[in-house]
Amino acid sequence: MSAKLVNNAVGRPVPVEVNGREQHPFAGVGQFRPTGHKAGPPIPTNADHSNDKRVAGGLKQALIQCGVRDGMTLGIHHHFRNGDLLVLPLFDTLAEMEIKDLVFAPSALFPCHEPLIRHLESGVIHHIEGSMNGPIGRFCSQGRMKGTGILRSHGGRFQAIQDGELHIDIGIIPAPCADPTGNANGVQGPSACGPLGFGLADSLYADHVILVTDHVVPFPCIPWEIQGQNVDHVVEVERVGDPDKIVSGTTQVTRSPTRLLIAEYVAQFIEEAGYLGAPFQAGAGGIALAFIQFLAARMRARGVKAPFARGGSTEHLVRMLDEGLIGAILDGQSFDLAGVASLRDNPRHVATSPLTSYNYHSKGNFASQVGVAVVGATEVDLQFRANVVTHSDGLLLHGIGGWQNTLFADCSILAFPLFRSRIPIVVKEVMTVCAPSEMIDVVVTERGIAINPRREDLLDRVKGSSLPIVTIEELYHRARRICGEPEAPVRQMDRPVAVIKWVDSTVIDTVFQVGD
Amino acid sequence: MQDTVQVGRDAREDLVVELTSSSGSTTEIQLHSTVATFFGARIQQVVRQTLEQLGLEGVQVVVRDQGALDWVIQARVEAAAHLLRPQQTAQRAVLPPMLEGADRPVARDRMRRSRLYLPGDQPDLMINAALFEPDAVILDLEDAVAPPQKFAARYLVRNALRAVDFGPAERMVRINQLPRGLADLPDLVSQPLHTILLPKAERGGDVAAVAQRIRELVTNSPREIFIMPILESALGIENALAIASAEPEVVALAFGAEDFTRDIGAVRTDEGRESFVARSRLVLAARAAGVQPIDTVYSDVGNEAGLLAATREAIALGFDGKGCIHPRQIRTIHQAFRPSERDVAYALKVQRAMAQAEVRGDGVIAIGSKMIDPPVVARAQRVLKLAEFYHMDLSPEVGR
Repeated sequence: MSAKLVNNAVGRPVPVEVNGREQHPFAGVGQFRPTGHKAGPPIPTNADHSNDKRVAGGLKQALIQCGVRDGMTLGIHHHFRNGDLLVLPLFDTLAEMEIKDLVFAPSALFPCHEPLIRHLESGVIHHIEGSMNGPIGRFCSQGRMKGTGILRSHGGRFQAIQDGELHIDIGIIPAPCADPTGNANGVQGPSACGPLGFGLADSLYADHVILVTDHVVPFPCIPWEIQGQNVDHVVEVERVGDPDKIVSGTTQVTRSPTRLLIAEYVAQFIEEAGYLGAPFQAGAGGIALAFIQFLAARMRARGVKAPFARGGSTEHLVRMLDEGLIGAILDGQSFDLAGVASLRDNPRHVATSPLTSYNYHSKGNFASQVGVAVVGATEVDLQFRANVVTHSDGLLLHGIGGWQNTLFADCSILAFPLFRSRIPIVVKEVMTVCAPSEMIDVVVTERGIAINPRREDLLDRVKGSSLPIVTIEELYHRARRICGEPEAPVRQMDRPVAVIKWVDSTVIDTVFQVGD
Repeated sequence: MQDTVQVGRDAREDLVVELTSSSGSTTEIQLHSTVATFFGARIQQVVRQTLEQLGLEGVQVVVRDQGALDWVIQARVEAAAHLLRPQQTAQRAVLPPMLEGADRPVARDRMRRSRLYLPGDQPDLMINAALFEPDAVILDLEDAVAPPQKFAARYLVRNALRAVDFGPAERMVRINQLPRGLADLPDLVSQPLHTILLPKAERGGDVAAVAQRIRELVTNSPREIFIMPILESALGIENALAIASAEPEVVALAFGAEDFTRDIGAVRTDEGRESFVARSRLVLAARAAGVQPIDTVYSDVGNEAGLLAATREAIALGFDGKGCIHPRQIRTIHQAFRPSERDVAYALKVQRAMAQAEVRGDGVIAIGSKMIDPPVVARAQRVLKLAEFYHMDLSPEVGR
């Protein structure tokens, strides 16, 4: 596919049209002005719906009743993470029904979804709008996907659905507990997985909504995070997901001494920069989880409390809530079963919708009320621009997740080892810009901490500290001295395979086909 | 002579090298690397140059790499070459460039509170060791390396001494038990190395053999290589004084609890009663010989409170240092050695009393009506030296 490209505000070539739809190039943070009105689902009537929406013929029958056909867009949430049991049977069923050219729009994908490749190859799926990692990322990066992939943040997916840019024909919502009317929650039943917030937009805006559960309770299912008034069909399955597999590699606290050292630096920086007691957010990833225990120790020692913390909830965050070190957990997803239990049992642990937490096309969201956010990245460059989706070899590796959204915190910290298996993380220029320079405040590595020169206030506050504060250039040179100078990977700059959306629907960068 | 040899580990930041003799004179390299996109050409070049400098041609090379640095690749290829063609390559070595400052000397009575053991065949752990600021790093060729890896580990350790930034840490290598350990020395002694650890030392003669061998090998270097014998048997403890005073190069005596308890037929306990007498005798012998007594490692890595208590106990027995098997133990050990504010305040009082005595010229040091004995003065001076090392507040108000 050859495409017309224009340079956007971060100097990256981006296509003006993707999958037949016109695009806005990134114009700078806060520069793009949306117009028009939000999208809405078709108006239903009670006359068409009974109180018992259970479908006898299972998922296939429900899909038929939704009028599934070629070219439709299907949405699903990812709260079961690597324990999802629905996506593969869903597409096996669609393949069996000989449906093709579907757009798949999950809120995230995980290693368990690798077998989807056969449906991408056979043309059941035309392209993915969501996250592409591991073998699916490789498949897309090699230019083998029929359409162009679109990667959005968690907040960006909600913005796109609400703005009508991503229209979901059929929203599929796996839920651990539901009543026959379709009211549902994620905290009860044998497959309890935590909040269901990433399925909310699908429930509100999709033309058809199929709720899938393995635990039906009599009406009313309370709490009802998903409401029956938005649901067309309820499908019962034997198992909707495996909550034991919610915990994946990225949600375990690291034991690596180097990563623990980085986490300690992060906690020390937070205190010395004056953010101890400010609301904070932890991302997934070993370091981002590990800094919490060091932060907790510092808060305890100083007798300081934070008004709230933003989940992904884990046992570590739950312990801080129980101890009174944080006033509330505003949770987007559970990273472990302690998080699930706390959400169910503790009224100060609240499930939030990405609509309220992250949506940039709203009248304010609480991501910007967070004091400090600690996240990872695959690369950061000398201009403090960061990449989270591709490795420096150009292959798609991760989804954006909430990463772009959390950067709106007052102080955003990227924490990672300076190099991984000889590959430097601080580079001259990132392969893919996922966030512009003004969004990244601090880079913390085991071999030094660099502060964005835009943040003179932060530089002043940590002056005289024992922290190893250096310039980003110095970090760059330190990595080079150890690893050597890497060669640049080959990319076909006329063959876009995916685009990266900024939180406001504009295209911030393009992923190009790798190899010759 | 073998037709095919294999060296290295299937692990991150390491590589496996397989060399096979072939009939032709060309060298063929088959490279599989997780970082081939970035460093494929570089790895090919390093492998080829290393083989050339060793004078090896007509070999087939298979490399499975997971992001190893140049000095690691060189060490693995060289070890494989020596195994494949021992006669042909015996007199040759491929040394990576020496990092600036690596050969800076250290004082014989320097701080040895913490010494971090690094397995001699794991390059990934070596690269980051300095970040944790141990007083010393020990590149271990003995117990941490499985017998089949020992030969190759020697080249890795040699190259690490040249190429890895260990910061201000004292660079130690634990050689193998004698007599095998003597064969480790030729590849090491000309490298930037401060101290040889001699495991299972049992007689003064063991130390003499190592010192003698080093003197034979190093003929034109002004730099002294220190020796730190490790006593880990009943016989070693019985001969502690002879070992400590065997050669002027000995700077410390270390205790090895694991082997010692096995040797005396006891079981190692948390309380350590089974080794109490031995450790005390080691302290006495070391002090009698004017060298530092250094305690054994604490093996429960997750138990920070236990390590702190064990280190404080070691300090109370007279030890100057403790071994570490995990980087996170270092800070705890350093914390244990930090003098208390009270000790520092008292030491400052003693110092002031000394100054007053000097002014009066009567040589009688007293605080109030209490006379201060010379050992107390000496201890105060030690505390102040340590406090200075820890950047503690030594302003006059502290002592008042």
